[in-house]
Amino acid sequence: MKALATSLATSLMAGLSLFAGQADAQSIAITGGTIHSMGPAGLIEDGTLLMKDGVIEAVGDSALAVPDGYRVIKAEGRPVTPGIFAAFTQIGLVEVGAVEDTRDGSVRGDVPFHAAFDVSYAINPASSLVPVTRIEGITRAAVTASGGDHVLAGQGALIHLGEGMDLVTRPRAFMTAYLGADGGDEAGNSRAGAVIWLVNALKDANRYAKAPNPSEWAGVVSALDAEALAPVVRGDQKLLIHASRASDLLQVIRLKKEMPKLDLAIVGAAEGWMLADELAAAKIPVIMQPFDNLPSDFSHLAATQKNAARLSQAGVLVAIGDTGADSHNARLVLQYAGNAVANGMDWAYALASITINPARLYGVEKELGSLEPGKRADVVIWDGDPLEVMSSPDAVFIDGDEIELVSRQTRLRDRYMNLGGDQPFAYRD
Amino acid sequence: MLKDITLKDKRAGLAIATALTLTLSGCATALGNGGVSGSTATTEASSGKGSDAARSAADPYPSTYRPLASRPTLIRNAVVLDGAGNRINDGSVLLQDGKISAIGKDIKAPADAVIIDAAGKWVTPGIIDVHSHLGVYPSPGVRAHSDGNEATAPVTANVWAEHSVWPQDPGFVRALAGGITALQALPGSANLFGGRGVTLKNVPARTVQGMKFPDALYGLKMACGENPKRVYGSKGRSPATRMGNFAGYRESWIKATDYKVKWDEYEAKVARGDKAKAPTRDLEMDTLKGVLDGDIIVHMHCYRADEMAQVIDMSKEFGYQVGTFHHAVEAYKVADLLAENGTCAAMWADWWGFKMEAYDGIRENIPFVHQAGACAIVHSDSEVGIQRLNQEAAKAMADANKAGLKISKEIAWTWLSLNPARSLGIDNQTGSLEPGKNADVVLWTDDPFSSYAKAEKVYVDGALVWDLNDRTVQPVMDFELGQPGAGDAK
Repeated sequence: MKALATSLATSLMAGLSLFAGQADAQSIAITGGTIHSMGPAGLIEDGTLLMKDGVIEAVGDSALAVPDGYRVIKAEGRPVTPGIFAAFTQIGLVEVGAVEDTRDGSVRGDVPFHAAFDVSYAINPASSLVPVTRIEGITRAAVTASGGDHVLAGQGALIHLGEGMDLVTRPRAFMTAYLGADGGDEAGNSRAGAVIWLVNALKDANRYAKAPNPSEWAGVVSALDAEALAPVVRGDQKLLIHASRASDLLQVIRLKKEMPKLDLAIVGAAEGWMLADELAAAKIPVIMQPFDNLPSDFSHLAATQKNAARLSQAGVLVAIGDTGADSHNARLVLQYAGNAVANGMDWAYALASITINPARLYGVEKELGSLEPGKRADVVIWDGDPLEVMSSPDAVFIDGDEIELVSRQTRLRDRYMNLGGDQPFAYRD
Repeated sequence: MLKDITLKDKRAGLAIATALTLTLSGCATALGNGGVSGSTATTEASSGKGSDAARSAADPYPSTYRPLASRPTLIRNAVVLDGAGNRINDGSVLLQDGKISAIGKDIKAPADAVIIDAAGKWVTPGIIDVHSHLGVYPSPGVRAHSDGNEATAPVTANVWAEHSVWPQDPGFVRALAGGITALQALPGSANLFGGRGVTLKNVPARTVQGMKFPDALYGLKMACGENPKRVYGSKGRSPATRMGNFAGYRESWIKATDYKVKWDEYEAKVARGDKAKAPTRDLEMDTLKGVLDGDIIVHMHCYRADEMAQVIDMSKEFGYQVGTFHHAVEAYKVADLLAENGTCAAMWADWWGFKMEAYDGIRENIPFVHQAGACAIVHSDSEVGIQRLNQEAAKAMADANKAGLKISKEIAWTWLSLNPARSLGIDNQTGSLEPGKNADVVLWTDDPFSSYAKAEKVYVDGALVWDLNDRTVQPVMDFELGQPGAGDAK
């Protein structure tokens, strides 16, 4: 239905544009690019990409004709990729890390909801992090709840990083949970307790669904949380489980066997390579951080930068992101992916791990993650290999709109680029 | 994750969540008030060689470092960046007897030399990180290992980071794989005066003395801004504000000035052959006097431009030099002032926003400081970041060039080796590939300004201490031995 509405709108807009007889900002052709489509079109040298009204219209080689009235951008051999998808962030939930008033990613204190906590109500489209991130080519992000002291952190959302007052494209897209050394307060701060608590919370959800009566409810989770977990146990909502030690990952695999309907993914998986075949067989994808190579605690003893390559080569669906949900530098996912390549990951797979793979992981691969006709027109033209630390975008499109490559940081840069002159800086642009 | 902000949150590791518990992990150390150690060493001054005695008392934990065995090594056909701003294509570097013995185009190898054909590869000086907490906040980051912040009093100039350094920190080896040949291990930033830092060679040793960079001056860690005032303000004591911070520094410098006068008078009497009684030693004052005497270099954690300007005035008030501002997220706003005062700034490429004083970070900070003629340094403050400081330099250079500057790779490398060597006062020994300097050298698989490059061979004083392709030249720390993943490629 939505697709129909979009295509209707598309043809209407096209009609208007034709009638006006002038270039429509919404109709753009990128020509002469090295297109890494990350979709069925594969890699196209001297490729042409057409976008119109926020969606990709066509992707092809130089034989693809550019219709009249399109604004033409010559890529001149530069790489053209899908917009980057930051797989685990809190963009829009935090402005200044240490300023509590600007952090909305978790609930603290004695509240009757954790699973029911929903970050979508707090996402701030005016956050300075949005432009700072998108000018580096990141066009989409998953925004997670953070743990606090509980096994269940709450429900995360998917956002776009374009203009507008509403960034949320999919609220309640996933639930985030934490297993591991600390367990949670409610689970006795025990690794085993966390597993027991999580399993019982999910059982609660099933039980509550059969008799949804808050006033008579008794369970390990509140009625609110039992209700919120219903989509998880039905397999309609992705459950992300943050875990690192191999033994914890094994528990996640067991959970999947016991409750096959669960749509699981793992965040972290520092020791995942030790169970790569098992994770692949269980079809559990991971979001991981390729820099993770220190025994930072006793859950990371076997951490290695080879993890990303080993998991992907074993057939695990790997999305690269910051497993600590860094937001200010969510833009560094490209550097992470480049370093995964330096440590054995295939280059094209590394690009997939920050485009189509997160889209698949979150179940939005029909709309996002690759350059295919009908998908959202999130497109980046780069000045070099996007996984190289020296490269950056020359142009970024989100839903077909070209983003001005300006952020609060570039404004500060421009203001202080020349320290000479007598005019106080506050009067300068 | 930045040491400045983390309190290793093993649950979530969320930067945001950790930022609020903030600080304690990152920057600060000390031994409690009037720490007992060292107090016996001192009455020798009456023997008539006060100055020497004071100096030997200043080095009671001397370096026992000895270079590992080395063979003469000629690396040829490489792109060579000498770390002092020069580049040689198809260049050669000869390492002999622990020193750089020649650098240039056509260098003859001694008969017994190892010859490495480095076509397609790059050679640089080893990277030097002036801001590390390796050893004082080692991995695993368990509470029992939290030895970097003596956050019990705002002035703990009496503590020395080397007394906290755990030489078995696996982070040293990870840093070595990233081409780090020397580093300064610093106390954290909880305190106004956090204590002494120590400059280390990045070589495995059983003791920290076995890593100490011979004859390197000590550093004194100081801290501006949010951390000290938060840590002590939250305990209901001073400093609770930035003005409280300054009152705290100044009171200490006043005491140190008095202390120095007493010792100077005493030493003058001794020199004249007059009878004299040595003043009572004070560990805290020893360190501050060392700064006033120019024997200890000030390394000051300071983010905001206006605070850096205030600190520079304070250094003039008391007659000392600020060696390097660390983090210096707003250095670009006062880069001219740093240049005028000969103060270095040690910075991240792109970290920002984790606290108010980091909110104005820009990606061109390092190159803007450089462009203003000041001494720009890439630093880590992180056991993760230290593993790829070359990439941090690459990002900063590329961003600045896109904004219109013209900075070459050979210039950018000065931010990684010669400038940090200057900051630590070891630039006469290392930091560039000049004949006679220590052969601290990295052979890179590729252009080190690339995401894909790795350190293939790392030499410290001419000895091969890391080899990407030879497991027998990859140290494994005791902690990792016999654990899951021991001996794995990391």
